[in-house]
Amino acid sequence: MRNAISALGYCKVVLSCDPQVIAEANAIILPGVGAFAECAHNLRERHLDEILGEVVLKRGTPILGICVGMQLLSDFSEEGGRHAGLGWIPGVVRRFELPREYAVPHVGWNEVRPMRREHLFSNLSESPNFYFDHSYHFQCAPEHVLAHCEYGLSVVAAVQRNNIFGVQFHPEKSQNNGLKLFRAFFNTLGSC
Amino acid sequence: MLKKRIIATLVVRQGIVVQSIGFRSYLPVGRPEIAVEFLNDWGVDEIVLIDISATVESRSPDMAMVERVAKRCRVPLLVGGGIRTLAHARELVHSGADKVAFNQASLHTPGLLTQVANVLGSQCVVGAIDGLRTTSGYKVYDYVLGQTTSQAPTEFAQAMVRLGCGEIFIQSVDRDGSRQGFDLPLIQAVREAVDVPVICCGGAAGAAHFVEVFEGTDVHAASAANLFHYTEHSVTVIKAALLRAGVFVRNDVRATYLENPLGKNGRLEKKIDQALEEMLFVRIEKEVI
Repeated sequence: MRNAISALGYCKVVLSCDPQVIAEANAIILPGVGAFAECAHNLRERHLDEILGEVVLKRGTPILGICVGMQLLSDFSEEGGRHAGLGWIPGVVRRFELPREYAVPHVGWNEVRPMRREHLFSNLSESPNFYFDHSYHFQCAPEHVLAHCEYGLSVVAAVQRNNIFGVQFHPEKSQNNGLKLFRAFFNTLGSC
Repeated sequence: MLKKRIIATLVVRQGIVVQSIGFRSYLPVGRPEIAVEFLNDWGVDEIVLIDISATVESRSPDMAMVERVAKRCRVPLLVGGGIRTLAHARELVHSGADKVAFNQASLHTPGLLTQVANVLGSQCVVGAIDGLRTTSGYKVYDYVLGQTTSQAPTEFAQAMVRLGCGEIFIQSVDRDGSRQGFDLPLIQAVREAVDVPVICCGGAAGAAHFVEVFEGTDVHAASAANLFHYTEHSVTVIKAALLRAGVFVRNDVRATYLENPLGKNGRLEKKIDQALEEMLFVRIEKEVI
């Protein structure tokens, strides 16, 4: 992640769980590695959910959730039981139930269809390729869906609610398309 | 729609990328970070970095090497070799690996796979199987002991998925470095045995072999090692051939070679003189992201 963002020329990228650093950030990226429950638990244990709520909801700092980081924006996930998320974008995270010809996890490069081009997809084509790797998917109200992809069903690939963005795919692993998306995200600073 | 993935495997031995022939002899190719930079520019879909000397020398994975490689890698990076503990797997992910592959651990300490899957998620755990064709059918091969086990690759793959693997990497030992093409029956058998994505490897010598494996099996991704090192723009050229054959792959690089003739050996050939004369030269601005 840091490698990709540094490649764009942003030199003040900090990997941090320090509330002070998060409070002073101009933009926040919330990556997610591993299981939803573990990520959500780690956020709460370090009281990062409170500080994130303060800067994102009250101060309007843009945030980009990636993969599990996007799923954390939901009300709850059914991965390994029922675990509450941040609840910033109404919706639930459920396991794929697909015909047998579709392998789960959904791994690989898929075409993403943006519903709106402004903000995140502003400098990308109509159906850019992005790399996905997930077994659970975000189901939310259509007004918050920013992009879809096809995998046996219409999968939510990106969400947005005001200054809160989330992508199910991995821009840091999607070559130039990913770099363009990061650039577009940082360009939202001060515009939404 | 999900695209078929073309994956480059870098076999690393003592810090150097090597060409492996039949799991026995090795020719040096070069430094892994340089290979990654080229493959990335040629639009590869994923990179597999397998350290074949780590387990043999009983040492930990080379984290510094993974870090150097990850710095130049803008595609998913799968790292294997010498991962014996959860701490190794975690450290690899922190060094920039997206997935970790288990070969020896799946044979001798299967509990480790479940442990890693529980913490890092099953999408992060790849089960690597070496399959060998024997007189009594396909068997799993143990490369450290140099012995064939009694297990069939299909059942072994199913067991690995039960342990928590989110993907299976099936390598054909007898096709390794043989240039005879992928082992289609082995690949399709493993593909049908599991519900998770399957990556195949071993034996590809050109674009025709990739077309063959995607037409003859339902495999999700095909990988090659040696093939990619020896020709310029190899990844792009193979993808151009696949697209022409109707296989759905990603070709996001600017020079797609879709219009270029390909020679018998899979290399780009010069356009005919008339085509060159009729070409219009268009100025293409450098892409600024």
